Amino acid sequence: MSEDKSEHIMPVIGYVGIWLCLIFLTGVTVAVSFVDMQNLTLFTALFVATIKSTLVLLYFMHLRHDQPIIFYMILACLGSYAVFVILTYSDYLYR
Amino acid sequence: MSELAAAEHGHDHYDPEANKLGFWLFLFTELLLFGTMFIAFAMYQDMYKIEFIEGTHHQNIILGTVNTIVLLTSSLTMALAIQALRRGLKTLSIAYMAFTIVCSAGFCVIKFIEWSAKYHKGIFLLNENMDTLPKGEQVYYGLYFTMTGFHAFHVLVGALLIIWVMVAVAKGKVHAKRLSFIDNVGLFWHLVDLVWIFLFPLFYLIR
Repeated sequence: MSEDKSEHIMPVIGYVGIWLCLIFLTGVTVAVSFVDMQNLTLFTALFVATIKSTLVLLYFMHLRHDQPIIFYMILACLGSYAVFVILTYSDYLYR
Repeated sequence: MSELAAAEHGHDHYDPEANKLGFWLFLFTELLLFGTMFIAFAMYQDMYKIEFIEGTHHQNIILGTVNTIVLLTSSLTMALAIQALRRGLKTLSIAYMAFTIVCSAGFCVIKFIEWSAKYHKGIFLLNENMDTLPKGEQVYYGLYFTMTGFHAFHVLVGALLIIWVMVAVAKGKVHAKRLSFIDNVGLFWHLVDLVWIFLFPLFYLIR
């Protein structure tokens, strides 16, 4: 392989659409932060941030049209991270 | 391999898929670097809930939101720069990258305004005034300056890389059939965006 193959090219309007979604979701998190929801505040903030990062990964970082191996590598990375989180939390909660 | 040697062999070893895989491996180390700091944040947020909320109340939500929009927009224009070059539109691609750099400069300026406002209130790393604050707030600001500092450093590095790519595109070294460099810098820029997507709600919005 010595040059880039003609891969799937997403149209400009598609990128702009994703950007509008991201801006809208930012607006949602900011608006929600003014509502007093106790423990749910953290949960909603992280939930919306996860949706936003999924959009960035799938469309801006082209995961949707990339080779599946990159997706599995990301899963492996997040899996290792989950191990760190679980081990640290189990230490923190039961010490 | 040098261009001369490549010419002798009649081919070169440009391999976009391998380049991409290698760059993703680097991005994983970045994810874990920020990831460990996020774990520290989660633990201390649980320990010092009230102090962290107090710290959040001292943040400027408007500046934080504007900065989020600036960074998301820069991510869009970087993606569009790559898309334009893929279609062979060199000038448009350079223009999009120039706009991306303007956005990154805007992000840094806003960050500087926020940091200096805190600095004038005596809130900064190693400032004597920090000792008078409750322990939890000290930890909050410590994490705030460390994490947003690391992030701002990545924004700066990313902006320099984009300038480098712009030069390479202008010289014709990066083009529609040789996209790895711009693709990977784009990935780096989106990662910087990803990190901010989590930093922003954690430091500004948990009230």
